[in-house]
This record gives sequence, C-alpha cells and structure tokens, in this order.
Amino acid sequence: MSLVVSPSMVQRWTRLSRRAAAAVVIVLLGLAVLPGVLGAGAIDRLAALFVYVIMAAMWNALAGYGGLVSVGQQMFFGLGAYFTVRLAETGLDPFVAMGMASLLVAVVSYPLSLVMLRLKGGEFAIGMWVVSALTHLMVNLDGLIQGETGRSLISLNAYAPGARRDIIYWLALVAMTGLLGGLFALLRNRTGASIQAIRDNEEAAGSLGIDVTRTKRLIFVLAAFGIGVAGALWLASATTFQPKTYFSVQWTAYMIFMVLVGGIGRFEGAILGAVIFFLIETWFGALGVWYLIGLGVVALLFSLFMPLGLWGAIETRFGVSLMPVGYRLEIPPQSRKD
Amino acid sequence: MTMAIEKLTVRHGLLEAVRGLTLSVAKGETLALVGANGAGKTTLLRTLAGAHPAHGGSIVINGEDVTRLPAHQRVRRGIALVPEGRKMFASMTVAENLKLGAMAGRKGEWSIDRVVDIFPNLRKRLDHKTGHLSGGEQQATAIGRALMSNPEILLLDEVSLGLSPLIVDRVYASLDGLMKSGTTIILVEQDLARAMGVADRVICMLEGRAVLEGYAKDLTRDQVTEAYFGLHRTKAGRVPA
Amino acid sequence: MTNQIVQGILLGGYYALIACGLSFMFSVMRIINLAHGSLAVAAAYLIFVLSERAQLPLWACFIVAVAVMAVAGWLIQRLILDRSARGGQLLPILSTFGLSMVIENALFEQFGADTRSLASAIGDLSWDSWELPGGLYVGKLPVLIFVTAVVLLAGLQLMLSYTRIGRAIRATAEDPDTAGLVGIDARRVNAVAAAITLVTVTIAGMFLGMRATFEPYSGAPQLLFAFEASVIGGAGSLWGTLAGGIILGLAQTCGASLHPLGFLIAGHGVFLIILFARLMFPDLASMPARLIRRGAAA
Repeated sequence: MSLVVSPSMVQRWTRLSRRAAAAVVIVLLGLAVLPGVLGAGAIDRLAALFVYVIMAAMWNALAGYGGLVSVGQQMFFGLGAYFTVRLAETGLDPFVAMGMASLLVAVVSYPLSLVMLRLKGGEFAIGMWVVSALTHLMVNLDGLIQGETGRSLISLNAYAPGARRDIIYWLALVAMTGLLGGLFALLRNRTGASIQAIRDNEEAAGSLGIDVTRTKRLIFVLAAFGIGVAGALWLASATTFQPKTYFSVQWTAYMIFMVLVGGIGRFEGAILGAVIFFLIETWFGALGVWYLIGLGVVALLFSLFMPLGLWGAIETRFGVSLMPVGYRLEIPPQSRKD
Repeated sequence: MTMAIEKLTVRHGLLEAVRGLTLSVAKGETLALVGANGAGKTTLLRTLAGAHPAHGGSIVINGEDVTRLPAHQRVRRGIALVPEGRKMFASMTVAENLKLGAMAGRKGEWSIDRVVDIFPNLRKRLDHKTGHLSGGEQQATAIGRALMSNPEILLLDEVSLGLSPLIVDRVYASLDGLMKSGTTIILVEQDLARAMGVADRVICMLEGRAVLEGYAKDLTRDQVTEAYFGLHRTKAGRVPA
Repeated sequence: MTNQIVQGILLGGYYALIACGLSFMFSVMRIINLAHGSLAVAAAYLIFVLSERAQLPLWACFIVAVAVMAVAGWLIQRLILDRSARGGQLLPILSTFGLSMVIENALFEQFGADTRSLASAIGDLSWDSWELPGGLYVGKLPVLIFVTAVVLLAGLQLMLSYTRIGRAIRATAEDPDTAGLVGIDARRVNAVAAAITLVTVTIAGMFLGMRATFEPYSGAPQLLFAFEASVIGGAGSLWGTLAGGIILGLAQTCGASLHPLGFLIAGHGVFLIILFARLMFPDLASMPARLIRRGAAA
C-alpha cells in the first residue's frame, strides 16, 4: 500500500486559524485597556488569570512537548519570588528586580537541567520535587527571610496602590503575551519540529539526528524562566514572600490540573485549562478543602478517561486547530490505497 | 476437528497482515506455514495465541470461540506459543521458566522430568539463568516451557532462527516424538525443505493470504517455490480440507 | 557520635519499610506511585481511628488495616493504575498525583489539621530503651522497626524466589506480554503485587504513627524519603532499599546535630550527591546491589 501526499496538502494556517490569530490580537488590545474600565478587584483577578495561563503553558511546554513531567516546578515559582525580594533589598526598583529575578531563575535552571534531564519518567518527576524541597530549605536559611517568617516587598510602597495594580496587570499581560508568543514561535521554527518529533517518539527523533538533550534543555530553561516570571508577578500582587506558600507543591498541582483538563501537548489546551481553573477557583474556591478534593478527582478522572484533555477531544472530534503549531496532513480519501 | 479459523483479518496499524484467512486444523496434524518475510505467518501465530488482536473473523477451538480471549486464557484452553526469538525470562533459571509454563494449571502428563527427557542437555542447566544459555538451550527451554502447559495445539514460530544446522536437527529430532504423539502443531519455518519434511500439510502464505495449501506428500518443491514468491497464484495443489 | 550512627542506622529501618513498597511496585509495574506517602498516612489514620474511637487492641487494628489496605491496593491497580499505564509512561505519574491530592485533602476534611500519634496505643514501648555498654541508649521501638524491616524484606525476597505467585510476579515484571503467553494473567498478578505493596505501606504507616506524629499532609515527605531511599539503594533492589534507608537515616541524624534544618537538608543533599555521582560514574549505579550480593555470597 502506498500513501501519496503532495506538498500542497500540508497545511499550517487554515482559514480558521488565520481568523483566530486576528481574534487574538483584538482580544489582547481589549485586555490592555481594561484597567480604565474595570474595578480594582476584577483587575487583580485578571492578573491572576494571566499568571495561571503562564504557569499552565510552561508546564505544558515541559510535559506536553518535552515529555518531562515535573512535580517540582514550584521551585522556580518560589525562586522567582525569592530572588525578587533579595534583589529589591539592594535598592533596585521592585519591577526591575522582578525581571532580573526571572532571568536569574533561568540562569540557575541551566546547570540543574544538565543533571536532572538524565533522569527518566517518574524519577525525574520526584527528583525535581526533592530539589524543590532542598531549595525551599536553603531559602529558609537566608537571614533576610528568617525561616518561615518571610519578607515583604516593601519597596512597592513607592508606588500608589492604584498605579501599582495597573502596572502589575500590564506586566502580567505583557509577560503572558510574550511567553506564549515566544513558545509559539519556538514551536513553529525548526526547533519546534524537533520538539514535536520528540513528543511523538523520542527514540525515533534521536535516530533522525535531532539533538534530543539540547532541545529538552531549551524547554526546561524556558519553563523555569516562565514559572519564575509567574512567581515574581504573584509576589508583586501579594507583596509578602513566605517560603512555605511559594514553594508549596500545590502550585504544581494547579499546573497539572490545568494542563490535564485543557489538553496536554496542545498549545490551546493550556490556555483553555487555565481559564477553566480560574473559573472553578472563582466559583468554588470558597469551598476550601472540598474544592481541593474536587480538583484532585477531576485531574484523576481526566488522566484516566480523557488523557488528551478537553482541547484534545475537541481536536479529534472536529479537527479544529486555532494555533497551528503542528503540521496538519490532509489525506483525501481516494489516495488511500489498499 | 481441533481448530477452525474463519475469515480471520489482522491489522498492524493501516497494514493488513492477515486478510480473510480461512483454515481448519485437524487433531494431531502437523501444519507448516511457509512464505516470504512479511507474508503474515508470525502475525497469524501470534493472533492465534492471543498476543495480537484479531480485527475480523473468528478462531474456534473445540467448538468454543476464543477470538476475543486474552492470551493467558487461551493457554488454559490448550494453545501454547513458542514465540519467535524465544522470549526467555532471562533473569530466571531454566527450572523457573519451565515452572512458569505450568501456571495455567492444565492437567496433563508434562513435567520438568519429561521435558528433560526430550531435551537431555537441559538436565544440568536447570539451575542456570536462561540469560546465560546457548541459543539451542534457550530454544529447548522455550519449547519445554510451552509444553509444560500441556497444550493441545502447539504453535512454533521459527524455532530454527539463529541456530546452527546441527542444533536445528537436534531440536527437530526432539520434536519428532511429539508430532507422532498426537499433539497438534502449527509451525512457521523459513527452511522450505525442512517444513515439507516434517509437516503433514503445508500452507504457503503471500501478503496475508493462503495461496497454496496441500498435503506435503502431494506438493512438489517447485509448486511451493512459485507460490512462495507469488509467481503464479496457483490453486493446483489445493485439496478439499 | 556512636550514638548518632546507631540512631541513624535504626532510622534507616523505617525508611527501608516505607521505601520497599515503592521500589517493589516500580520493579513490577514500572510505575512510581506518587500517592505512596499519602497511602501510608491514610493507613496510619485508619489504625488511629480503630484504636482511639473503636477501642480495638492494636493487633486487631493492624490486622483490619492490613486487610482494608490490601483490598484498596487491589482496587487502585484495577481502577487506576491498569488503565493509566496503558496510556504511556507519563499518565500514571499524573493519575497517582491526582489520587494523592484526593487522599490528603479528604483526610484533612475528615480529621482537620491536628497532628495525631499512635504513641498512646503502645504505652511504654514508645519511649522504653535498652542501655548498651558505653552509656548508649537504644530505643526499643526503633529496634522493633528495624527488625520488622529486615524480616519484611527477607519475606518479600523469599516470596519472590520460591513461591508460584512470586515467580509470576517476576515474570510479569520482566516481560508482561510473554508472561501472558505462558498463561499468566498479568492484570491479576499486578493487582496482587499492588495489594502486597499496600500491606507494606500499612506496616510503614503504623510505625510512622508510633514513632512520630502525622497530619493529613505528611504523605509528601514520606514519599520523598521513600523515593530517596529506594533510589540510593538502586531502584528495584529490595535489599538495596535497606542500604539506601540506612544511608539516608545516617545523613539525616548527622545533619540534625549540626542545624535544626540539617535533618532534611542533609537527607536531600546526600540523595542528590549520590544521584549526581551515579550519573557521572554509571558503574556506581549497581554498587549497593552488587556489594550486598557479594556479602550474601561470602
């Protein structure tokens, strides 16, 4: 049997995805002017949503594209916040400190990737958790933090509360757009093809001459950086850094939930998952522990019965792809031969 | 009749490895499947054993449809496969491998002693890890392991693969008694002459179909060779089953 | 110093207990169960409830808990692991993580944040000790835990080596497809292995409650310790987990004498150093297992 595919049948941008791209631009512009329209509470919540989107997208990049399930990503979240506090203590503007802290997280993650990427599957997952626990303890040793006492980002007081809120909102929006855009671009260039090949079949990708380790390292560092950004942003809106809160495995639980529900390995899936998580949190967060039990049950059920998540189900059912990061093969029925 | 295969279709992804094969195997006969690589012989054996799912058709043994049963339940019903490449449990000893064969719990006459009777060179290897054995010893263990389940139908997939001719002679010599004893055997064998020599009946497969079927004594070497390479889709040798 | 070494070794017995189930399940099913720690804590709560509220004697609590947890293991394998393992290597990590989230928070919902202990159920045993020459005090409970660990590991080893189900478990671990071809029902074998795992988890959970306090979220550190001990010992090797547990226990007790946080830091640190050394020098990977084999042969 043979399968003939002429080049014209390989498509990336479908008409739907071009429209989606236009819609994305309009939505982003709309979001940018919202602080003039909405109240303080809504702006705070939306900034939180952007942070969730960042975290989901970054965890998805790592697990969905790199095949690396980590239960230790809270380490980068905590470090992003911790470095911000540390740098701001030197007299740096808090927002500049946030940026530099995120870069520092990326720098730290590089040597870590050299060791951790040698671990496979579950060993990588828990190994990251161990490193995260150790990092948490090390931060506790810092005299400035004083164990679990913590430290506030005092220099934020230089900004008026209203202006501070708006800046954080815009920073979160810019960070989200930049990170998603960067990930999108990465997935669409040559590296992207390697990443997808690795996702689909790591061994085969290696035998095709793709440098699997280098590509994974790139994703690892990107994910660390993005989650570091998320931690810094979270600190900016919460103002107080307490190691226990930031280095909590709960953050990774949220990331896993968002990606599993949205659709692992699907670019749109992470965004959808973050929005769903945000809505669930808004509606049911007040239920406390029952809310957490519910998250666990839903995550468990999705992993068992809908491992591709909601977006995966939508994609298989309707063949829709709004963000064309993969290559879509269109096989007309008559070219299938027996 | 022991086994009836009806319009069996098996797929590997998009590829149809076995296409609508119909075949019946009588009790006690030895049937050889021959054909080029990729003709579907190994897939057919694995499907009969339950190691690969059937896509369509049915497999009936002693009146019972086993098409959807998992491999371990087929062993309980008397089908045992000696898989290609022998598939030893390398970290376990010969004796342990043989005992595993008895896990299905079918009553019968096979025991470690009897296996050692037909493969005498295993006797002093019983406590050795199978990972350290020679190819011939591993093959003997694999066959012995299948026999320990007291099978009614024994499926042998390329038992001569990777063994020297001398060892192959010995393996087949050991199987000789078995073939005469009433156990039904379906074997896949690359060596045409050997297949025709040991089998009562020969089936030649090509692209998933049986293109030639007949009693070994009625077929000529040329007929089989032609069918083997698909030169003529001759039905000359076909006899009513 | 001698005192710390003795305490460290005895503590290693507890880690071997909690690690052997994790290691066992990994070697049979290639699954690292992220709910392992939470399950141990759940077992501790179960014994606590039976003992405090139902006022059963401890041995009865233990037997009931073992039975309940074994059934739970069977069900977890049938309903969760079996299904998610078919979806590839990554899914079991996610589903067992979801399971641990459910267990932890359900325990919190039921029992609140209070720390609990089984110490009252064992009376004097929780603080009794023997005096050794040289002014060394050795707690009876740590010794009991260590002895239990050795007996349990030996029992598991004998079961794997000499019983029918043991052979079936080893065969399934090595090659589940071929196991099916020789008549082994791999699903059933895995379910039995999961039930056995949870029996070990129950024993570990009981000792956790006896030697220390626990709360609903104590599972995470238990999982990390179990993981560290089993990796240090060489994943999949039963006696290796004892060596790994002892190394971890020694590091922690020595660390604790240097700094209040030293207990945890030294434990994690030793784990990472050994992991790193092993990645750099792959020959070291099989060291503990090899040493033990040599020791056993001599």
